[in-house]
Order: sequence, then structure tokens, then C-alpha cells
Amino acid sequence: MSAATDTIAPDVPVTAAAGYWTGVLKRFSRDPVAITCALIVLLLILSAIFAPYLGLDDPYKSSMIKRLKPIGYPGFPLGTDEQGRDMLSRLIYGGRLTLFVGLVPVVLAFFIGSAFGLVAGYAGGRINALIMRTVDVFFAFPSVLLAIAISSALGAGIVNSLVSLTIVFIPPIARVAESATASVRALDYIDAARASGGGALTIIRVHIIGNVLGPIFVYATSLTSVCMILAAGLSFLGIGVRPPEPEWGLMLNTLRTAIYVNPWVAALPGLMIFITSLCLNLLSDGLRSAMNVKD
Amino acid sequence: MFTYLVRRLIYVLPVAVGVSIICFLLVHIAPGDPLTAIMPVDATAEEQAAMRSAYGLDKPLPVQYAIWIGKAAMGDLGKSIATGRPVADEVFTAVRNSLLLAFSASVIAFPIGLFLGFLAGYFRDTIFDRLVTAIAITGVSVPNYWLGIVLVIIFSVQLGWLPSMGAGPGGSGEWTWDYAHVRHLILPAVTLAVVPIGIVARTVRALVGDIFSMDFVQALYAKGLRHGDVLRHVVRNAAPTALSVMGLQLGYLLGGSILIETVFNWPGSGFLLSNAIFQRDLPLLQGTILILSLFFVGMNLIVDVAQAAIDPRIKRS
Repeated sequence: MSAATDTIAPDVPVTAAAGYWTGVLKRFSRDPVAITCALIVLLLILSAIFAPYLGLDDPYKSSMIKRLKPIGYPGFPLGTDEQGRDMLSRLIYGGRLTLFVGLVPVVLAFFIGSAFGLVAGYAGGRINALIMRTVDVFFAFPSVLLAIAISSALGAGIVNSLVSLTIVFIPPIARVAESATASVRALDYIDAARASGGGALTIIRVHIIGNVLGPIFVYATSLTSVCMILAAGLSFLGIGVRPPEPEWGLMLNTLRTAIYVNPWVAALPGLMIFITSLCLNLLSDGLRSAMNVKD
Repeated sequence: MFTYLVRRLIYVLPVAVGVSIICFLLVHIAPGDPLTAIMPVDATAEEQAAMRSAYGLDKPLPVQYAIWIGKAAMGDLGKSIATGRPVADEVFTAVRNSLLLAFSASVIAFPIGLFLGFLAGYFRDTIFDRLVTAIAITGVSVPNYWLGIVLVIIFSVQLGWLPSMGAGPGGSGEWTWDYAHVRHLILPAVTLAVVPIGIVARTVRALVGDIFSMDFVQALYAKGLRHGDVLRHVVRNAAPTALSVMGLQLGYLLGGSILIETVFNWPGSGFLLSNAIFQRDLPLLQGTILILSLFFVGMNLIVDVAQAAIDPRIKRS
């Protein structure tokens, strides 16, 4: 678009046309909401990674006499939980597992689902039918139900949560990848590439991936917030991360009994999930418009 | 229309079979022997073998599946390990309670979502549009199990206006439409309604905005139609998609209410499911998930057929 206007308008000095990613970065940097959300997510990730170096209290150290202290209690800026552990420390440490289990499945599903979708969309015919009908079956479950079903069958644990959430997000990504690939596959230049002797792998690698990965990526980012909520939800139900690990969903669950004593401390872990998921959603929307991807 | 219906039915059968296979396999991907949940730890090898053949676990998997699905088709989903009662009975009662909750949430969510979405699409790029977009994105981002807890904190703990859990006074009674029972329905239904409000508002906003920018709207104005008549055309164009989104959301509400039902101790399918998980009651788990997912498949089918019935463009394609 911008390259075309450059050549038409004579008063604009002729320069090399800006690349696609330069444009994306430019549009993204003009979006204050997306930038703010990106910074918040970055801050959450960094504080989770560097939690041991922040001079926080031990998130596992409990104290029978300091249980359920309110926000602002001396020495505990965000109060203490039902075992007298420092809430600030547990919330920051809690980001480690919550973000890990909330984000990694989407990344894994992005690679696996894209691979399935690319193969199905490119091959067509029986291979397409085999892959896509299998996807349909998994799609027939509401995502919450499927995640809970697989996790409860496998049992609690971080790895099992990762597995079940990855399985939940492969089908939607495969669907988007398949339809994107099938529409690119139908274009003339692919026929031209085939006519000039390109093999399937070469065509996918050189001519297709670059054209479909953007939309798939943007779609995958829109799933991160759902994945976060689901991952924390599994722990909330007791089929995700096991105690005494700090994890927001699990903390929300164990603090439920405290809502009559110290309600606002009990609500804090959920607030963290909410803020993160809100930022991930807004960030994804920002990426979508910066990358010019249409639904 | 009839051929379309047949085509959809033929398509839905393999999906339903696939869904049942996954539900069946759930028990078998579970680590350890499915028997360990039933048998006492000191059972002898002979006792274990007897139990194994009693439950048909000594047969090959495909045979076990055939027996299980055959019985399920006749309404027999086995017996719950924890209570010894037929799974079908337990699931039936629970699904009825879940449906009540899901329908109540829909009654709250759909009118609000439609209203907000339509106004935002109509007043595109105004303050109102931005406000609705903000509400919608908050709605889809909020972990509803947390929202439920926050509402309990506000309306039960702090204000003391509404009960915090259960489906009626005095534990497990039959549901009746009186004040004492409806009071229990309000908080879980409102909590459950928030996500669909966001999704419906978002979809309808995009839909209505797109339709208003289509050429036919200009043509209608050019033809001399009054504003109200043009609106009627826009609504008719938006209706099929909006309806299908709402139908799918109703399905999601039923399958996705498990977390909310846990928060509010609502005696529905989700609550049953979380008890089944907690007690590792595999037949109950299997049966509940089968019924819920088949309901979802059926809901999808109804949505597709209803959409085809009101939108002539779908039948032709």
C-alpha cells in the first residue's frame, strides 16, 4: 500500500519501500493500549523469572500467628494467606507457574496445530479429511470440558495440565491453519511453482508458510487469555498445580475459606489472573490491527 | 432444506461416535489400573481377576467400547463407584439443574449482549462504541470463577443480600420457582452471564458495523426507504449469525459451568463432575462428559439447521 503511493506521489523522495515488519512495528508503537499491555505482560513475566532476586519473603514460609492479615499489615504489604505466608511474595512467585502453564500450551499448540493444518490444507483429499474430521471430534467438546476431562483422567500435575491444554488448543489452531493454507493453495502462483517442478515441502516452506503464519500467529495470541484462565481454573479445581506451590488459581481456591475473614486478600490471586488475561486480550487485538489481519 | 438436514445429520454421526470414543478412552488413559479405585488394597489376585471380568475389563478395548456404547444407547451408563447409584440417574438430575442455570444465564446475557452490540455497531467509533468494546473485552477476559467469588464477597459476605451457595434452602430439595429458590439462582446466573455478554456484544458489534458499510444499505436509502425500514433489513441480515453465536454460547454455558457450579455448590453437572474427579469415580466421569459433549454436538446441529432455515444463502452453498 505505502510502496504504491510512494511511486505515484512525485514530491515524496524515492526511498526503499519499508518492509512489512517495519510497518507493523510502526502501527503497533502508535497504539498506546497495546503498548501498555505489552509492558504489563513483560513486567509480569520478568518479575516471575527474577522473583528470587527481588528480596521477597520466602513464599513457602508459614506462620501460625500471622494468618490472614489484611492488606497493609506491617511487613506484609498485601497481607498474608491462610497459612500466614506473605501474599506479595506468593503472588509474584505465583506468576511463574501460572504464566508457564498458561502460555506454553498455546506455543506448543501453535506449532503442532499449524503443522497439521498446513499438511491438511496443502494435501487436500483423504489426508485432509482424516485430519480435519479428527479435529472436528475434538472441536465437539466445549474447551473447558475437554481440558477438565483430560486433566482429571491424567491426574493433577504441571505436565498433565500442559498436555491437556495443548490438546485443547491444537484443533482450533489447526482449523485456522487449514483454511488459510487451502486458500493460498488455490492461488495461481502455487500452480506455477508446481509446474516449474517444486516439491510439496519446498512449496510449503518457500511459498505458503510466509503467507499463512501471520494470521495463525495472531489467532494463537488471541487464545492465550483463554488458556491462562483455563490453566488457573484447572488448579482452582484441584486438577492442576499441586499445593504448596504458589499458583494463582490454586491460591484462589485455598483462600476461598477466608472470604469471611479477609475477603479482599482472598480475591487478590484472581485479580492477577484477570489483569493478565485482560492484557493478553488487548495485546492480541493490538497485534491483529498492527499486522492487518482480518478475522 | 431436507437434503441439507440429511447432509448435516450424516456429518454429525461420525462426530458423535468420535466423541463417545474419546469419552470411553478417558478411563483408559488414566494412569494405573481402573480397578484400583474400586478394589480394596489387600485384594487377592483371584479377586482382582473376578472383578476384572465382572466389569468386562479383561476383554479387548474395541469389544469393551462396543459393550459400553451399546448399553449407553439404551440409557445405561453403569453405576457410580462412590454412590452405587446408576450414573444415568445422577447425570439426568444434574444436567437438569445445569440447564436451569444455563438458561437463566442466557436470559440475562443475550438481551444485554444484543442491545450493547447493536448500539455499538450502529454508533461505530463514538464514545459509546468504545465503552461497549471495553465492557465486552472485560467480559471475555474475566476468570468467571473469580468473579463469582467477588460477587459472593460483595453480596453475601458484605451486604448479606443473597445466599452464597446451594440451589435452595435446606440443601438438596426439588427446584421450585419461588422466592427462596430464585434467590439462590441470582449470583451464579449473573456470574455465568458475563462471558456470553462480552462475546455476543463483540460479535454483534462487528456484524452490524460490517452490514452498515455494505452497498445494499446505501441502495436501500437511495431507493427512498425510511431509516426504520433500513434498520429492519440490517437486523434481518445480522440475525442468522447472531442466533448461531447465541446457540453456541448456550452449549458452552452448559459444558463450561463446571467452575461456577463448584464456586456456588450448585448441584449441576459441573458439580457432579468435580465430585467424580475428586473421588476418581471413573464411570460417573465418563458418563457425565459423554452426556455433556453429546448435548453440545446436538446444540451445534440445531444451530446449523436453524441458521439454514432462516438464511437462504446457506442452503445454496
